[in-house]
Amino acid sequence: MTVQQDIKSDTWTVAGRTFTSRLIVGTGKYKSLEENAAAVEASGAEIVTVAVRRVNISDPNQPRLTDFVDPKKITYLPNTAGCFTAEDAIRTLRLAREAGGWNLVKLEVLGEAKTLYPDMRETLRATEVLVKEGFEPMVYCVDDPIAAKQLEEAGAVAIMPLGAPIGSGLGIQNRVTIRLIVEGANVPVLVDAGVGTASDAAQAMELGCDGVLMNTAIAEAKDPVLMARAMKSAVEAGRLAYLAGRMQKRRYADPSSPLAGLI
Amino acid sequence: MDLKESIAIHVNGDLRHVTVGLTLAMMLHELGLDARKVAVERNLEIVPRGTFEEIFVRDGDRLEIVHFVGGG
Repeated sequence: MTVQQDIKSDTWTVAGRTFTSRLIVGTGKYKSLEENAAAVEASGAEIVTVAVRRVNISDPNQPRLTDFVDPKKITYLPNTAGCFTAEDAIRTLRLAREAGGWNLVKLEVLGEAKTLYPDMRETLRATEVLVKEGFEPMVYCVDDPIAAKQLEEAGAVAIMPLGAPIGSGLGIQNRVTIRLIVEGANVPVLVDAGVGTASDAAQAMELGCDGVLMNTAIAEAKDPVLMARAMKSAVEAGRLAYLAGRMQKRRYADPSSPLAGLI
Repeated sequence: MDLKESIAIHVNGDLRHVTVGLTLAMMLHELGLDARKVAVERNLEIVPRGTFEEIFVRDGDRLEIVHFVGGG
């Protein structure tokens, strides 16, 4: 089997839906909808996150995301970005479900504007309510193995710990906790937030994550389409490295050429 | 009922005056919105899209009309 075939047959499943691409991309912060669509295409992503916002009543004919990224081809994952209480997040997702007609959603309940760190008490409460209402929430959370387990028990269909604060591009700050979450989870784990460049995405995948979700790292790159392509490669490379099983680390050198037969 | 009589409602936070006897479907059409691409909340309750033709806008209604936009 070739490597390309390996990548194609290596799928992941969330809430009964199976995907080949392990990269989920956001659709915010782009200069234009054209650039946004080109970046999604280059990333190979099969899922994009979208926000739910008021329509502009005064200018209803302005271009729409749905005209550029086709919801019939790409799975829209509505988020609750900007929600600071469980109630706001639940209200937003009820509207999202009515607008889109699907139950797979991304839940995030933020604790404060400065760090955009998740409020886990509110997040857990919202998860419980949403699951009761038939939603399938993929949940943004702190990189805490216990919180992750509690979300899974509450019915989260995927656990999405931050690598670093949203939009910071600082990379994965705590590889240990991400690994612990991966080891303990029975649902997909995706690093969501904090990825800054390709090596960060590869690192998430090398830790055994099922996928990576990012927005700013692509949208704020000098060439977003090229960075989208880089992220696609990085996620694939990291995944393959994880599957291949890395060598053990040694404290000192170990020659690669045979010592026998030296002149 | 006097059809010219107007009622006051809030749409996405803004006060508007509309005529009595307007259904949600008619109102969305008047606003130039495609009913298939939006979701409507009326007084904090979701209005199923299938009922837009039957629901009349009432005085004091608080409507939220949303759609999907780019986001991370």
